[in-house]
Amino acid sequence: MKRTAKPQLPALAERLIYSLAAVVLSLLLATIVMLIAGYDPLKAFGAMLNGAFGSANAVANTLSKSIPLMFTGFAFAVASKGGVFNIGGEGQLYLAALASAVTALALDGLPRAVVLTASILAGMAAGGAVGALIGAIKAKLRINEVIVAIMVNYIVSLFASYMVNGPLKAANSMTAQSEAISSTYLFATVIPRSQLTTALYLGIAFAVLIFFLFRSTRLGFNIRAVGENAKAAASAGISIAATTIGVMALSGMLAGLAGVTEVLGKYGRFIDGFSPGFGFTGIAVAVLGSNNPFGILLTSLLFGALEAGSMKMSYVANVSTNMVMVIQGLVILFVATPEIVSQFVRRKGGKRNG
Amino acid sequence: MRGITKRFGAMTANDHIDFQVEQGEIHCLLGENGAGKSTLMNVLFGLLCPEEGCVEIDGQPISALTPRLAYQLGIGMVHQHFMLVNHLTCLENIILGNEPGKVVIDRKQARARVQALSDQYHFNIDLDAPVSDLSVGMKQRVEILKTLYRGANIIILDEPTAVLTPIEAEQLLSILRDMRTQGKTIIFITHKLKETLDVADRITILRGGKSVALLSAASATPEQLARLMVGHDVVFEIEKPARAQGDVVLRVEDVRLLQNAQSTVSFEVHAGEIFGIAGVEGNGQQQLEEIIMGLTRTKGGRIFYQKTNLLELSLRARRKLRFAYIPSDRLKQALLSHVSLQENFLLGNQYDPQYVRRGLIQKKALRENTLRMMREFDVRAVSAQQSAGSLSGGNQQKFVLAREVSKQPQFVLACQPVRGLDIGAIKYVHNVLIRLRSEGAAILLISAELSDIFQLSDTIGVLYKGELMDVRKAGAFDNESISLLMAGRKEAQADETNR
Ligand SMILES: Nc1ncnc2c1ncn2[C@@H]1O[C@H](COP(=O)(O)OP(=O)(O)OP(=O)(O)O)[C@@H](O)[C@H]1O
Ligand SMILES: [Mg+2]
Repeated sequence: MKRTAKPQLPALAERLIYSLAAVVLSLLLATIVMLIAGYDPLKAFGAMLNGAFGSANAVANTLSKSIPLMFTGFAFAVASKGGVFNIGGEGQLYLAALASAVTALALDGLPRAVVLTASILAGMAAGGAVGALIGAIKAKLRINEVIVAIMVNYIVSLFASYMVNGPLKAANSMTAQSEAISSTYLFATVIPRSQLTTALYLGIAFAVLIFFLFRSTRLGFNIRAVGENAKAAASAGISIAATTIGVMALSGMLAGLAGVTEVLGKYGRFIDGFSPGFGFTGIAVAVLGSNNPFGILLTSLLFGALEAGSMKMSYVANVSTNMVMVIQGLVILFVATPEIVSQFVRRKGGKRNG
Repeated sequence: MRGITKRFGAMTANDHIDFQVEQGEIHCLLGENGAGKSTLMNVLFGLLCPEEGCVEIDGQPISALTPRLAYQLGIGMVHQHFMLVNHLTCLENIILGNEPGKVVIDRKQARARVQALSDQYHFNIDLDAPVSDLSVGMKQRVEILKTLYRGANIIILDEPTAVLTPIEAEQLLSILRDMRTQGKTIIFITHKLKETLDVADRITILRGGKSVALLSAASATPEQLARLMVGHDVVFEIEKPARAQGDVVLRVEDVRLLQNAQSTVSFEVHAGEIFGIAGVEGNGQQQLEEIIMGLTRTKGGRIFYQKTNLLELSLRARRKLRFAYIPSDRLKQALLSHVSLQENFLLGNQYDPQYVRRGLIQKKALRENTLRMMREFDVRAVSAQQSAGSLSGGNQQKFVLAREVSKQPQFVLACQPVRGLDIGAIKYVHNVLIRLRSEGAAILLISAELSDIFQLSDTIGVLYKGELMDVRKAGAFDNESISLLMAGRKEAQADETNR
């Protein structure tokens, strides 16, 4: 018998402590790395903090950087509740971004509400379709979803790249990108002259929806049952194949929103290679947030802050922006190896389990 | 172990228990489901940390026990649920976590040591077979060998015989006796009183988290043990009123259970009838169970439930028929162990408008019904929010029974329904099945326990190598004739009722 099953609330608190400890540990290690490399960690972190939260604009920047991570985090979390490891967020968000850009361009001239809604939905549908395809291959052909998703990532992002290098390439443009979407069809900015748009509200709304889905609906319950124990779920009359495909479609839609909000929020067009790996960072965000939608809001904020602060850190303290990737990598490492963190927590928190 | 107290929230699983085992004895630990046996042993093995009390080994008090330290002190444990890695071979499983050699595993040395141990205790294990191919009995031996390989002198076995066939159980007991002769100390948890008296030197009995008796096996009787476990006299007999059979509810036609079986099986179960399938496990029981529930597909054959052919229905459509299904492997097939009891109650009921309306879970109705069923079936738990995995083995089984029976089924498929239950709970399960029969349900009972089969069944079929050897009214069999059939020997019989 395993030592599972502690009452609900302390379990949540415990996971929170673990996630916090992972973050603290990685910041500590990053400090050491900086010391060894001869930088001033205090100055660096000070600059980072300043860059992330020092002014209204900095905060806006942090929030805007956290939006795509939020969605890819949700995407990964939802799939993993259903027992699927969705590493295909990157492909899903590329196709979604392309679909929403094409839709907005095609419907040019129609009322704002119509175009905005249609292109959001088109993006979700495209992302969902890529997700469902991966789910179907897993469920019907019994091929591991990780391998399929990695291949699909390549296929889809190369396809998108081809489209904006060829047929959809903006006239007179040097770079591979689509035509610009008229600014009336984009998300409104929350703080003027910043990149923070109302897409943030969409993210928060989806966190609430996802929470509700798993807490109170049959669909959410079926997904969890399949993820927890597929055999028992099948005995209870839940179709494993349908649930796997469905949850991957849902996950793909959420990942798709990351692409949609980048296109309709930040760039106003599809730009080749716009994602610096949101799909993959989303995995870390979800795991650190222990697959809880509100936890993910918090961790995406943290990752957003790291990104936003890195610029300032680099020109104030001269520490390369790559340091942020080191910190993110360390966080992932610690989250993935709970043993290390549990040692740490136990020593710090006194005798928890004796 | 002295004054051990372990609490889970409001629940005191072990209440100041003193437990003492002597070198070189077989010590049985008895008690009802949820009495705290597994908990006490998990404390001894360092998996759980007690709130009070201390563990002493050879007179030395041990603090901060962990499984690793327990192994170093010579304590090994075979859990109620196995913990083997399926796709590794026996040898690999045995040496896992304790491989000889510094960087590269020294297979030769490992093999020699394991083989020597295996021979010493007559284990008869094929070290190169992948674990997934083994029978439960063999898996268990691998687990035991693993503890021996790690140098255990005190070996804890948590309900090892619950999943074994009678022959395998007998073999295990003789292995245990062997180990005792060679100086090992064994702590043995079981619900079977006969085994206890057979093999034990001394017996400790737990009830409600307290230690209530320590006695020597030589002078104990089954009645006495039962009384001490339950706290009052136990009547072993149960009452089964005569009942006229109704219409055919389930008809199995020409279904092939095992690929190499010589013939297919066909039988009928009527309303108000308990049809018992006797036989040693591994003779097609699992297949029959899964085919009826639609978990594996078969070629050929038909299974009619009333007028519909089940084999043509989807899983979900089948579930709408509200079968009660008590699977033989409750943890794998009927429960979500990290999920609350309340939500486990929903599993299989998720299309019932009482619990889910317009896709929304009716939390209040669900909680109330869960609690009511748990009270009615005496499932001992702290709350409906507790996870299913934290229930004691027997209580998990009762919970599944409660959930399935609450569907007011027309057809019940009960597979090994009393496995791992204490005597009181067995009687309870028997009574529930008989009540369902009185209410007109058709019941297919698959059990390896002859006592189940004889006490409950109206009609008995004996399964051997995927074939039904004989189907007759219950009265037409006696212990001996059925044992012969279970071993595959068909007597020359004039009235072959085998259809
Ligand atoms: N992790 C846990 N969290 C909460 N309660 C627990 C936990 N583990 C055990 N319990 C409770 O402690 C009590 C004793 O459980 P234990 O598993 O020791 O019983 P047992 O004697 O082994 O019973 P069985 O014969 O059914 O296996 C049970 O009521 C069980 O619900
Ligand atoms: Mg137990």
